Amino acid sequence: MVRRTFTVLFAAATLAGTALALAQSKPAFDTAKSDAALKSAFTRAPADWAPRLSGDATMQACSASNNAPATDIAAGIKARELATIKYPADGKLLGDWKAGERIAQSGYGMRFSDYPPANPNGGNCYACHQLTKAEVSFGTIGPSLLEYGKIRKFSEADTKLAYEKIYNSHATFPCSLMPRFGSNQVLSIEQIQHLTALLMSPDSPVNK
Amino acid sequence: MLRARDTAKTLSILATLLSFALLAGPAVAQGQDVVERELDKYRRMMKSDPWANPGNLDADRGAALWKTPAGPKKASLEQCDLGKGPGKVDGAFAELPRYFADADRVMDVETRILWCRETLQGIDNAEYLKSPHPAGGAPVKDVGAIATWIASRSSGLKFAAKQDHPKERELLALGENLFNRRMGPFDFACTTCHSDSGKRIRLQPLPFLAKPVEARKVIGEWPAYRVSTTHVMTMQHRILDCFWQMRLHQIRMGSEVSNALVAYLVKTAEGGEIAAPGMKR
Repeated sequence: MVRRTFTVLFAAATLAGTALALAQSKPAFDTAKSDAALKSAFTRAPADWAPRLSGDATMQACSASNNAPATDIAAGIKARELATIKYPADGKLLGDWKAGERIAQSGYGMRFSDYPPANPNGGNCYACHQLTKAEVSFGTIGPSLLEYGKIRKFSEADTKLAYEKIYNSHATFPCSLMPRFGSNQVLSIEQIQHLTALLMSPDSPVNK
Repeated sequence: MLRARDTAKTLSILATLLSFALLAGPAVAQGQDVVERELDKYRRMMKSDPWANPGNLDADRGAALWKTPAGPKKASLEQCDLGKGPGKVDGAFAELPRYFADADRVMDVETRILWCRETLQGIDNAEYLKSPHPAGGAPVKDVGAIATWIASRSSGLKFAAKQDHPKERELLALGENLFNRRMGPFDFACTTCHSDSGKRIRLQPLPFLAKPVEARKVIGEWPAYRVSTTHVMTMQHRILDCFWQMRLHQIRMGSEVSNALVAYLVKTAEGGEIAAPGMKR
């Protein structure tokens, strides 16, 4: 019995020691080095593309923690990102799900070959999410959103949450892998209303 | 030559199948499985008959370019030192990227070829670097063809870059940091797509590149012939394509950033077998 306790304790101590050694073996990387390297790597980019390389405080915190921020940092991210969300002037969060489906299918926009823009930006939702039964070409980086509204009983609170997640996912899930479509001005408020309708309208194919 | 034409025909059939699968949308999940299965069969066929891969034609072109005098100095690249001594090509790719004292920097195969063009042949690379990668349907450009040949001369060997010189270690650390760094209007990092097993973008499977067992399977296939664009794509081109999706700009070929990422990927794939040129979707 004593011996077993000793073994368990010993194993625990070894594990803790290994974890500590791992944490210590990696000194923090000086990100100023990546800043400089990036600056010299994209010499052909127009001047107004420079901010794309820097990343704001939220991205820096997410990158530094491998997208698993400590509790206090996560709370800071949530508050900061929630404050960037803008809502439709008329308060209506649901747009047209048919327009939403087109935005969910399109991956167009903001690539260096997309200038001058020939089409509105897309959300490319299907790249990462399953949404409708009809579309079988969907990615799996994000969770399936099949029957998203139905599961949530089309509630008003969940409609607002859906709008917020599309506008800025970090307000709900700090260091989410999803782009901040509204805050980063990828999609307009109107486009986000259409996508909210795709998720939350009872007649949307997502909920059929 | 007849063989190459047959190959081209088979490939165009595959490409057509593939585009149907991608465009048809509904009810093609099974179709996609069929395409994947057929592609797998095709890859196996290619392994048993190495002449079936059109990428080998580019490797041959690369071998010819290597020997052909060019540039203001009318010199060939035959005295180019890829790390194992001037002119030693066999097995050199397996030990790249590495630190080169003459250039005082770490270089991958493509960066080293650019360096040799400049120093041995007197070629100013500025013009070449304006458009170093082929458009869809066009063959890989000269440096890419030479890189394809050099890589093919390490086929069957394992990635064994030492990366222990202080400058190599420094570049490796930069590569790891960049791999995790989120940026651009979509907040993407390499890890957005490549930090988990079994994930897909649409129907395209994504390798978990920070995980050695998965990196070893795929990194050794580059440069690779891509059925969808019908040309050989090199690693520098592959990285540019990722940055395009990340909504960043055209990365300079041979830049510190692309070399750092190559260094990181090769380190993760250390011990994996080189099978270049490979064959991709």
